[in-house]
Amino acid sequence: MVNRESVNCERVWQEISNYLEGEVDAGLRSAMDEHLRTCAKCRSVLEGTRNVIRLYGDERMIEVPAGFGRRLERKLARGSQVRSGWATWSSWLIPLAAVLLMAGGLRVASSRTVPHPLRSEHAQPEHGIPPDMEVVVSAGAKEFHIAGCDYIHNKETVRTLTAKEAEREGYVACVRCMRKYLQSASLGRTELEVAAEMYRENE
Amino acid sequence: MAEPNVILNNPMSASAREQELIVQVQRGQSELFYELVRPYEKRVYAAALAILRDPADAEDAAQEAMLKALANIRQFRAEARFSTWLIQITVNEALMRRRRERRAKMESIDDRGEEENDYTPRDFADWREIPSEALERKEVRQRLAQALASLDRKYREVFVLRDMEQLNIQETAEALGISVASVKTRLLRARLMLRDLLAGGWEQGWFSRLPFEKGSKPW
Repeated sequence: MVNRESVNCERVWQEISNYLEGEVDAGLRSAMDEHLRTCAKCRSVLEGTRNVIRLYGDERMIEVPAGFGRRLERKLARGSQVRSGWATWSSWLIPLAAVLLMAGGLRVASSRTVPHPLRSEHAQPEHGIPPDMEVVVSAGAKEFHIAGCDYIHNKETVRTLTAKEAEREGYVACVRCMRKYLQSASLGRTELEVAAEMYRENE
Repeated sequence: MAEPNVILNNPMSASAREQELIVQVQRGQSELFYELVRPYEKRVYAAALAILRDPADAEDAAQEAMLKALANIRQFRAEARFSTWLIQITVNEALMRRRRERRAKMESIDDRGEEENDYTPRDFADWREIPSEALERKEVRQRLAQALASLDRKYREVFVLRDMEQLNIQETAEALGISVASVKTRLLRARLMLRDLLAGGWEQGWFSRLPFEKGSKPW
């Protein structure tokens, strides 16, 4: 049984954003609806906020400099030429990887060994994290973070490096700021596994 | 986020064509990558601009971010939205550039102040709706852009990612490396401030000061 709450104007302003996001519970929502029916000031706040969201959410609000798309396309074309060089290289990597896997008993995991011991004994290196992503570490801490993470200790000592380097140095991913990668890591596969699967499909 | 989005529903679910392109690019057809990102290029640019403010820097960061996205396309997991993934990479790139620039200028890297107290709306007159059709007019878009640019950085960034880029609250928090609670506080404040800045509607206040051509109202 939901108690009939009653809310004042301040509370409505405070919650207006959550209300529009659909993030207030049923009791509060009905109390706010009740208040909004009788309070013209709060209705003005609600309508204005809704109007703001609709206007700025319109694609027309985003303007790019003239020629932006063309320049991006050109840049990507150059980038993909470099990459197709890599693709040629990787085309022999695929059968090689498959051979390695099929050689049996070969521990793919061994290719992930880290030269330094992990700084936390509970930690495993994470593989959902893009290796060249910039991360930060700080003195005396065990985790690496996305810069700006609230859980960085000794902020004055932060050092920027890539995720791969951080893992190599034995740091582990911060479970807060890197959460999305850690979640996807459990579903993820190693490059070698993907390569082997592609090879099997091509067979 | 158990409740559905009431007004901010996002129809941007990946189309079959998009899925197909992703797989093709992941298998090495990188020449198709531009076709894949083209629908999002404006949003990518806007995300970079929200953080860097300078159009040339934003373009540079957006290009670099797309090159990184291409290089890391195999890291993309189908359960994520492709547009969100691109925007997160762009935000990372832009934040990194800003930090680098600050370091070069010896400015403080950690300038996140305390959250302010609750914001009180200032204008309570009946809201005068600004219709979406008004966005056809350049001066209206400019006025809205100016209002947005006048917000403090921390409010502007959250607002752009949530309300213009359509990231959800959680994704916005992750992209900026701040807490969900901070996103909500800043978002509320950004929305209320913009509302006050645009109050008076398009007939009065700021809008009436804009030069109208007589009798020409295209909407």
